Amino acid sequence: MNFIYEPWPWYISGPMITFIMFLLLIVGKRFGMSSNLRTICTICGAGKTSKFFQFDWKSQRWNLLVIFGIVIGGYIALNFLSNDTSVKLNPSVVSKLNAMGFADAGNNYMPAQLFENHAFRDYKSLLLLIIGGFLVGFGARYAGGCTSGHAISGLSNLQKPSLIAVIGFFTGGLIMVHLIFPLIF
Amino acid sequence: MKSIIYVLIGVIFGIVLFKSEAASWFRIYEMFQFGSFHMYGIIGSAVALGILTIKVIKRRKVKSIFGEEIKITPKNEGFKQYIFGGIIFGLGWALAGACPGPMFVLFGAGFMPILIVILASILGTYVYGLLKDKLPH
Repeated sequence: MNFIYEPWPWYISGPMITFIMFLLLIVGKRFGMSSNLRTICTICGAGKTSKFFQFDWKSQRWNLLVIFGIVIGGYIALNFLSNDTSVKLNPSVVSKLNAMGFADAGNNYMPAQLFENHAFRDYKSLLLLIIGGFLVGFGARYAGGCTSGHAISGLSNLQKPSLIAVIGFFTGGLIMVHLIFPLIF
Repeated sequence: MKSIIYVLIGVIFGIVLFKSEAASWFRIYEMFQFGSFHMYGIIGSAVALGILTIKVIKRRKVKSIFGEEIKITPKNEGFKQYIFGGIIFGLGWALAGACPGPMFVLFGAGFMPILIVILASILGTYVYGLLKDKLPH
């Protein structure tokens, strides 16, 4: 059973993600995580300022329970199902990251400069996290879905809009990593 | 009872996202550098199997466990909203290294600065709602 504690290979993880989509379909729901962000806006009263947030959020309660479960899953995976959480990256990617100032590439799950508590006191890290999160939230709703809704469920259903959105996701990601990262790191 | 089912589905999904390293900022960077097959393998195998799954559900007219018909309503036709929204999302995905599922995994795993990303993504969603009618769709 030791393999459980190792990083899971793609040929286990990918089919498991399909299985999650299947489970949600079989209980009569849809696989899509970013709609929770809209639901949270509605719960916070965003319906007062925009019609986009006027809907019965209780109809989306199930999906909030899914993200509640995801939080627990993250806790369990780190604390009980992992011996070593360092991500073994391609060595050439590690040297690129080292040159950009990410000294812990290859030895950590997340870069310390962005995701350890001292990031809260570093203006540059804070700014990057805020911009990154903002773009994810804005873009996901503009495109009508994120990785789960478009890349997994949408492509599985052979929807053209999802293919366009996924092409957009990769275009944006490539621009960020190849054109913008050299300017900010 | 139903609530427990949804939480359990989330727990499994959270564990898969963490253990597959799809929630790792480094893996997302490596994917956009074409440095490893790993992320492409995850998304590719999930979609390939997903296409089969949905074909079977449609052909066999599989019902949900509550007896309802499983209906998958396709997204509206369009181009601009998907390409512009997609590019904006992709910029954020590569920068924050997390999309809306993994964000919550990382929170559970104790990477506290991810809270900033989560709050900012809620703000981004809100600003989209305010600007929706002024944006090309």
